Amino acid sequence: MMRTLLINGKVHRVDLPDEVPLLWVLRDELGLTGTKFGCGVAACGACTVHMNGAAVRSCQVALGDVTGAIVTIEGLGSPEKLSVLQQAWADHQVAQCGYCQSGQIMQAADLLAQNPEPTDQDIDDAMQGNLCRCGTYPRIRAAIHDAAARMKAEG
Amino acid sequence: MAGRIRKIARRSFLIGSVAIAGGVAFGVYKWREVPPNPLEPSDGSTPLNPYVVITREGVTIITPKAEMGQGVQSTWAALAAEELDVDWEDITVLHGPPAQAYFNSALFGEGVPGLAYKVGPTGAYIRDIAGGGAKLLSLQLTGGSTSTRDGYEKMRMAGATARETLKIVAARRLGVGVGELSTASGEVVARDGRRFAYADLAEEAASIEPPKVELRDPSTWRYLGKTMPRLDMIPKVTGRAAYAIDVRLPGMKFATVRMNPRRTGMISYDASAALAMEGVETVIDLGSGIAVVARNTWIAIQAAEAVEIVWDKPNYPETTEALNALALTAFDRPANSTPRDEGDVDKPQDGIEITAEYEAPWLAHTTMEPMSSAALFTGGKLTLWSGAQAPILARDRAAEAIGISPDDVELIVPYLGGGYGRRSVADFTILAGRIAAAMPDVPVSVTWSREEDMRNDFYRPAAWGRFRGVVQDGQAVLLEGKIASTSLTNDSNPPEDPTEKQMGDRELVAGAWDQPYSIPNYRISGYTARTGAPIGYWRSVGPSYNGFFFDTFIDELAYAAQRDPLQFRLEMARKEHAPSAGAIEAVAEMSNWGAARADGTALGIGFTYSFGAAVAQVVQVSQRDRGISIDKVWIAADVGRALDPGNLEAQLSGGAIFGLSAAAVGKITFSDGTADQQNFWDYDALRMPSAPATEVRILESAYRISGVGEVAVPPAAPALGNALFRLTGLRARTLPLIETFNLLV
Repeated sequence: MMRTLLINGKVHRVDLPDEVPLLWVLRDELGLTGTKFGCGVAACGACTVHMNGAAVRSCQVALGDVTGAIVTIEGLGSPEKLSVLQQAWADHQVAQCGYCQSGQIMQAADLLAQNPEPTDQDIDDAMQGNLCRCGTYPRIRAAIHDAAARMKAEG
Repeated sequence: MAGRIRKIARRSFLIGSVAIAGGVAFGVYKWREVPPNPLEPSDGSTPLNPYVVITREGVTIITPKAEMGQGVQSTWAALAAEELDVDWEDITVLHGPPAQAYFNSALFGEGVPGLAYKVGPTGAYIRDIAGGGAKLLSLQLTGGSTSTRDGYEKMRMAGATARETLKIVAARRLGVGVGELSTASGEVVARDGRRFAYADLAEEAASIEPPKVELRDPSTWRYLGKTMPRLDMIPKVTGRAAYAIDVRLPGMKFATVRMNPRRTGMISYDASAALAMEGVETVIDLGSGIAVVARNTWIAIQAAEAVEIVWDKPNYPETTEALNALALTAFDRPANSTPRDEGDVDKPQDGIEITAEYEAPWLAHTTMEPMSSAALFTGGKLTLWSGAQAPILARDRAAEAIGISPDDVELIVPYLGGGYGRRSVADFTILAGRIAAAMPDVPVSVTWSREEDMRNDFYRPAAWGRFRGVVQDGQAVLLEGKIASTSLTNDSNPPEDPTEKQMGDRELVAGAWDQPYSIPNYRISGYTARTGAPIGYWRSVGPSYNGFFFDTFIDELAYAAQRDPLQFRLEMARKEHAPSAGAIEAVAEMSNWGAARADGTALGIGFTYSFGAAVAQVVQVSQRDRGISIDKVWIAADVGRALDPGNLEAQLSGGAIFGLSAAAVGKITFSDGTADQQNFWDYDALRMPSAPATEVRILESAYRISGVGEVAVPPAAPALGNALFRLTGLRARTLPLIETFNLLV
């Protein structure tokens, strides 16, 4: 059936079976390829997006279960106008292969939205579902702390 | 002592002489013939050489190297930009086409025998000359931590010749001598202030013979030696960086494959259930598996799993136990190589003798981006988008598979979502080409499921080490190591290194035979196992297991000698290789090695010299309520010259975490000829809570520059194991360590 989705502030109409995961609607139907496929079973976090302001694994959200606004990495900021978190990621030169970083950033954005001053333990808890095979964790941690400090300074 | 040096020197000289007088001398001649520039001028862009293209918008640096996370494209751009005088923000980097001009000379040069840590000016020359042979073989490979060494002079030369050629054109136009011109920010500047943008000079410059140039002294460098913002960083933090899996074309179909994980054929298959699924377009018979083409990737994956397939049996033993038993028979045959044999290990020595046997398991690569490619076959020509680490090989094999000429294949290499060696195998690129050829004029995106990626990997082979050593008066006087593993050189998919084949399989024993320690009786032998199992290059290759075997045994010798393990290594390294000793001293200082630690906390040291770099690591572990935590790793690495310290820090830190991941939890097992592990839930790696903090120091005393993509992996496993020994008194000789210790991972 035809469904209407609100993604990054834009309305999209898709006609697909209800069980197709949001991940593949984004990537294959709408060409929003910033959200990545890593495992298909919510074990790596590469496909993390925001639904109604909360981080979800888009490989596990069936199209029929999508409710509310979706934000993907493309909607968080752009090369011309980076979000504070993306700027921190760039300043700390976090990415290596970069493939997991969309999901890492979306998960970190969710953490900071709920907890503006996360401790190391908070970061461990929030980020444990996001795998990075290049081992960029120390820089991810530094970038999250840095972004939190900037957000606080900017009020 | 003198005899030993003569032995090594004689061997190097003999091979070196043969290299110059025989086959490779021809290579030198051929090498110096410049292969055709693969780049053609197009509207508004002028290639000055295969590496530098100048357009109105700025300068594009062409790198033949795959960007798989190691930062190579930014470093190669900095090398060219340093000489070319262009501003960093005006630089674009593109991956060049598969072309002979982009041979990897460093990779081939490392095939020359002799101890790499002993390379001085003469040895470096022999290695560089031999490197010319890679062009003859068209080895355009990103791997072996060779890119930095490969590009170090080449890219600066490319920038310098482009700059000087542009100056010649400007000098002609102005009627002044070249010596009166300078360059800055993409312009040639005359003394009177007149300036020409490079873009205005480029077309004419392309038609003149480039002059001989001298490279700038490192003391004048602007970009090199400094941390530069990676050119791929903004695209990667905004989701705009395109990987092969992200290629989207109008009318695109989405496919996946299910290939025989036992690497033989199909007896039969029944696709009726798959074909009945909504959104499925077709099922393609690929002989040794099937492809499903569908409206989207998810439907394709669901349908592929619904195809009932009866696979042929494998041509190798079906279980881990049987595979390993077969591999271990290698020890029953004579050694295939003994690249180091100093003193006489068969002569009885006074002192304390110890023996130990080690085992390292099979491992998967599990790049975050599963194997994926896009392809379009139209008008008899094939276009491929694929993250190939060896693009010439991938292009040629894809052409062969569909019966067209390599000239009719265009291979575009986007960003790689991790490589670690997996993408040097051409299988996934070939399959995409075959699927596209079966559906002409329709662009197709081929994405493997994670399960397919894991069961059709080319695994790091299991390996075994049998060591014997003697310590006397606190010193190691004898070390004999016998190492068995399935031979990558003989059995793996290409790229193959013919030099390596001729000289015996030194990769199998790398990380053990070539360590910079003075031990009077020191022999390492390799025992080549033939299992037929699918194996491949895995980040740091031989040293990925030999680093663990050799360095753990050194730790055991130190314990037997009742010596501090760090001092024990340091003494042996000082006599043999100053940069290695320097790395050990640095890591001691960083970790405050000698200081007392809190109860329940322990340090372990690991050291491996590999790929031309001396890397020492100290790991701190601590006993917590629920298990043992890997708290921190200090890393000191001598890389000869640090071109981009920030990127080196990232690679060394990430490499250590990659190595610790495998050491802690990595293990692939087989049943029915197929890997048992399916996804990240049963083949995991360290994550945010379990990954240690890292601290890196980069040293620059080694004679030659080295790459760092792999070098931090080998010492991580022994450093962790040695720390766990100090914490618990338990010596684990088998990986992964989670099987022995209650690690918090």
